[in-house]
This record gives sequence, structure tokens and C-alpha cells, in this order.
Amino acid sequence: MSRNTKINALLLLLVAALAVLPLALGLGDDKEQPFSGSDGEAQTAITEIRPDYKPWFSPLYEPPSGEIESALFALQAAIGAGVLAYYFGLRRGRRQGAARAAEAAGRTGTVAKDEATDGGGSGTGVADAGADSGTGVANAGADSGTGTAGARADSGAGATAARAPGAEAGGAGSSPVDGSGA
Amino acid sequence: MHIAEGYLPPVHAAAWGVAAAPFVVHGVRALTREVRSNPESTLLLGSSGAFTFVLSALKLPSVTGSCSHPTGTGLGAILFRPPIMAVLGTITLLFQALLLAHGGLTTLGANAFSMAIVGPWAGYGTYRLFRRFGAPLMVAVFFGAFVADLSTYCVTSVQLALAFPDPGSGVPGALAKFGGIFAVTQIPLAVSEGLLTVLVMRLLTQSSKGELTRLGVLARPRAERHEEAAAR
Repeated sequence: MSRNTKINALLLLLVAALAVLPLALGLGDDKEQPFSGSDGEAQTAITEIRPDYKPWFSPLYEPPSGEIESALFALQAAIGAGVLAYYFGLRRGRRQGAARAAEAAGRTGTVAKDEATDGGGSGTGVADAGADSGTGVANAGADSGTGTAGARADSGAGATAARAPGAEAGGAGSSPVDGSGA
Repeated sequence: MHIAEGYLPPVHAAAWGVAAAPFVVHGVRALTREVRSNPESTLLLGSSGAFTFVLSALKLPSVTGSCSHPTGTGLGAILFRPPIMAVLGTITLLFQALLLAHGGLTTLGANAFSMAIVGPWAGYGTYRLFRRFGAPLMVAVFFGAFVADLSTYCVTSVQLALAFPDPGSGVPGALAKFGGIFAVTQIPLAVSEGLLTVLVMRLLTQSSKGELTRLGVLARPRAERHEEAAAR
């Protein structure tokens, strides 16, 4: 486990401990209804202060049972967690795609150079890659599929990281372009 | 935990609705502007809303022997500034009011004012203050989220105390009572929210450096600034 993962796990552990401790210490034992909602307690407090107060509006829809209510709460958490997981998964995929694209760009650059020195005419594909260090990565990444979206859309760390090897590919690619011109 | 449906007298409910409305309208405009000028930020915006969704659904036990839930508004406020959270927080409240009978439509204004407006602004202010005095990013994020969470429930307590002053001790007496129910319960939960927000921010700094830099959360690396100056 890397240091980073350890810190993240520790954070989660602390949150879990904070949630479990009140239960483990039995802090709700002196209550009639231990660990009920604070909103319900507030309703009780309101009726204590103003015994005559009647809520003047009731919810349009009320979950028919505690089970349905907890199901809906779980649904809410699931929607949120799903979106978050999608985001982080997508980011990770893009980063990996960009890294792979950069690698591929480096490789195609050298391969094409070899071909160019051999045959002379096959430099056109590389001309794209060599034209610009930024787009070069994106184009080269088209071969490896996932890499395209990553390198093109991601203005983030992935693309910046990919730029350096891309520039190298550009350098390698420029010679075949010259070659085909001559 | 929010103020339940029908538990604010009509005048109070309307007043909080009027107070919250301009912030939400302004927030909608800020949100549209953000999406239009930076379409790539839509995903992160959605994630900020999703974080609020998850945390608002997590009812956790607390030291007072009762349960409450965090708000999750600190993260979005730090990333996108508070006006955006006025919208995302209100959407979460609306979802809970309509489907879960949690909070309510008549108390939506008051609940939005505490959770979607005061919370994010207080949290964002704390975050900026910590950053200004040179605190490390994660320390500022922790206290920003902590304050966003806790201030939300302090406002809830004030709202109820104003509506239901104690017959003997008046508003202060009622404030002590509601504060004991909401704010004290919330303290350990606010710590949890701070820790979870730090966790998500740590993951974001690893996965979305570019976006965090654009949003001003992370400082620009010196080399990049140099490059840009050269490009101009």
C-alpha cells in the first residue's frame, strides 16, 4: 500500500470510528428512543414549547413504511455514489489512456522513422503526429482507442504529462517529413 | 436534519423563502454561466452535487444519542464558490422533501437558507481565511467543510428559536434548546464531513489536477505559468 492509500484508508477509518463510538459507548441508552432523528426531537421540543402548535402542512408524499423510507434513502446515496464513482473511474481511465497514448506516440514515432529511412514514402502518417506536439499525442492515440478521448478532452495532468513525450515524437517524426519532401 | 414539513409558522416559512430566493436565482445564473463557459466542468459539478446527495443520505449516530446527517456542501463551495451550491443544495433538499418526507416544501426556504446558502458561504469564507494565512490546502478544506456543516445546523436552531421562543426564557432559551438538539449533535458529524471532504479533495488532486488549477484550488506550477507567458 502506498503512503497515499494509507492516508485515505486512515481517513475512512476515522469516520467509521466517529460513527461507531456513540453506539459502542451506549450514549443513547438514557433515552426513550435511542438514536432517533434530531428533526423528530425538534418536533417534540416544539410541541413542548407550544403545546397548541399543529403543523399546517403535511408532506405530499410520505413513504408508507420505514422500510420504503430507508430504501429511498439508500437510493439517494446510491445515485450520489454512482455519479462520484463514474467521475473518478472516468478520470482514471483518461489518465491511463493518455499515458498509453504518449507511449504509443513515442513508439510509432520511432517505427515510422525506420520505415521512412527504408522506403521513404510512408512518412505521411507520422506527419500528423509530428505537426504539433499537442495534437500529435491525440492523433497518435487514435490507434489505441481510449487514448483519443483522454488526450484530447483532458486539459489536466494527463495531457501535460503526455506533452513531453509527444514533443519527442514530434522531433522523431519531423525527419521522415523532410525525407519524403526530398 | 432539516425542519420538518409544516413545522414553521406560515409567516416564518414565507419570510425564509423570500430570503433564500434571490440566492437561488443568482446561483442558477452562476451555474448556467459556469456550464456554458466551461463545459468540461459539468462532470465535476455533477460530482459536487453527488457528494451532497451521498452525505445528506447518511444518517449517523452522534454523541447526544440521536442521529443527524452531514450536508456535503463544503466541497462544492470550495471548488465552484457558494452561489453554485445554493442550487445544488436546494435540489438535494427538494428531492428529500418530495420523495422522503424529509424536510418539507413549506420549510424549503428556511432549509435552503441554512444548508444551501449560509453553510456554503461560511465554509467558503473559512476556507479562504485559512488559505490566506498560509494554511496547507487540506487543513483549509477540513475546516471549510467543518464550518459549512456546523453553521448549517446553527442556522436551523436560530430559525426554530425565532419561530418558537420559549414562554419563560424567550428566544435565547429556545435557542439553547434547539441548539442542544441540532448543533451539539452535529459537532462529531461535522468532523466526519471534514474528513470525508479532505478524502475526496485528495482524490481530486490526484485525478483532476488540471481542473483544480483552473478553479484556483491548486496553484499553477511555475513552469506552466512561464510557458503561458511565453505563448502570449
